[in-house]
Amino acid sequence: MISGRTLGQGASLEAKTSPEFFKAVSFCALSQEDYDALGIFGEGNVLVRSEFGEVVVSAKKDEGLPPGVIFIPMGPWANAVVGRKTGGCGTPQFKGEKVEVERTKMPVMDIQELFADVKTRGGDRS
Amino acid sequence: MIIEDVLCPFCGCLCDDIKVEVEGGRVVGVKRACRLGSSKILGHERIGAPMVRRDGKLFETTYDDAYDRAARILKGAKRPLLYGWCSTVCETAKKGILLAEEVGGVIDSTATVCHGPSIIGIEEKGLSGSTLGQVKNRADLIVFWGANPAEAHPRHTMRYSSNSKGMFTPEGRGGRKVIVVDVRKTRTAKNADKFILIRPGTDYEVISALRMIVKGKGDLIPETVAGVDKADLEEAAGMMKAAKFGSILFGLGMTHSRGRYKNVDNALSLVADLNGFTKFVVMAMRGHYNVAGFGQVCAWETGYPMAVDLSRGAPYFNPGETAACDLLGRREADAMMVVAADPASNFPRATVEAMAEIPVIQVDPFPNPTTFLADVVIPTAVCGIEAEGTAYRMDGLSLRMKKVVDSGLPTDEEVVENILDRVRRLADDN
Repeated sequence: MISGRTLGQGASLEAKTSPEFFKAVSFCALSQEDYDALGIFGEGNVLVRSEFGEVVVSAKKDEGLPPGVIFIPMGPWANAVVGRKTGGCGTPQFKGEKVEVERTKMPVMDIQELFADVKTRGGDRS
Repeated sequence: MIIEDVLCPFCGCLCDDIKVEVEGGRVVGVKRACRLGSSKILGHERIGAPMVRRDGKLFETTYDDAYDRAARILKGAKRPLLYGWCSTVCETAKKGILLAEEVGGVIDSTATVCHGPSIIGIEEKGLSGSTLGQVKNRADLIVFWGANPAEAHPRHTMRYSSNSKGMFTPEGRGGRKVIVVDVRKTRTAKNADKFILIRPGTDYEVISALRMIVKGKGDLIPETVAGVDKADLEEAAGMMKAAKFGSILFGLGMTHSRGRYKNVDNALSLVADLNGFTKFVVMAMRGHYNVAGFGQVCAWETGYPMAVDLSRGAPYFNPGETAACDLLGRREADAMMVVAADPASNFPRATVEAMAEIPVIQVDPFPNPTTFLADVVIPTAVCGIEAEGTAYRMDGLSLRMKKVVDSGLPTDEEVVENILDRVRRLADDN
């Protein structure tokens, strides 16, 4: 899995709670071969899983991708499967994480759902 | 009213020819900017008022209350992390470094999840650099390596690189050769004379093979390297040596992949090798409009460009130990201030979960996932649109950002200064 910038991601970057950002970032691009191998006809979602986590994203074809490489625009969905280790240089490996991809009927979580349980503490310690 | 020559506060291109139409104190039109820039200049949903979290929910408060709480969080923390600084001006960074020093914290920028490895690579090897003007006016070969300006820096090719027309490059794209190296056929690759598809995580091997061919040791490399035919590499190396002025422009494909700063180190070595035959330069395609500026300010204030620990009495820099993702990953930071960045979106999930466990102060014009985790939220004016200041383009050229409309909101600099002032008063009380 590689993550990276896209025009849509950039254009909605400062409006992350908007539907445009959701649409621009919560998908996974696959090569034609991988898309067909997963048996996706028309539209469908895929579950992307790494040793660090998993995430459901919608699937898209991208002719520029070679088989075996998937692309998710940079953002919270892609980062759900990125590990936290920085290889001694401060930077996590946002590109080249090994992942498994399978077809799923599960829905894609929106940004609120994605962060719903993260903040468990009440705040206001001061 | 049309305001001319406005600087775009989006990407590292820092385009300085934007026309902004203002009516009744509001931006109503943008000309010349790309889709990314115009989207930001035209405006988005904003954070309405300062907020603090109580019982898990954010409630509106006054700026004074928000400043007080932020100051107390930072003053009370043993290992505060002050992070972000990419989408704001240098004046804010300067105050941020003072604040980090005052609270004995660690200051880090978004570079550490972006081109941080490039900076480390440059520190290791040295950089045969240039301005974008030199690339525009002289380069007859452009190599985009792990970079996709068609989506990340949309006007780069027209203004500064492959498709621009300069003093000694009057033919524009027709007079230049373009090589693209990437793990997928991007929109940028479609504009290339030569596209080399490599497997993810093999940049280092491919650069090493190119270096061997350039230095006349090509007979030692195998028929394919990382899935690339030797003949393709020989052709690319030939194009590089034949150029009068070559330029490698590299992106996060190099810094986010296996090898990270070593990939950059090797690319800089390739450029050093090529300078034995012709003129060659190399540049990192920096992302946010002033991430380069934070590096400049931090370097002249502390001696280091990012990930600086100011808790020891003298600045200490060791990315891998003092970078934001490392401090959070080890559960070492016990409070975090985020200025003009969105780590909740851009850090790995496990790192974000660590962030959610500690008090977070957010200073930003826009609501984003970091807001979902923040305990204190302080809205500000948008630099380059509602506030002026200095920013550094990706090539290190400093430019003055304009203010085109008045928001009535405090600037990032004013907010950081107010918090610094309160931290100092808390220190006096002790």
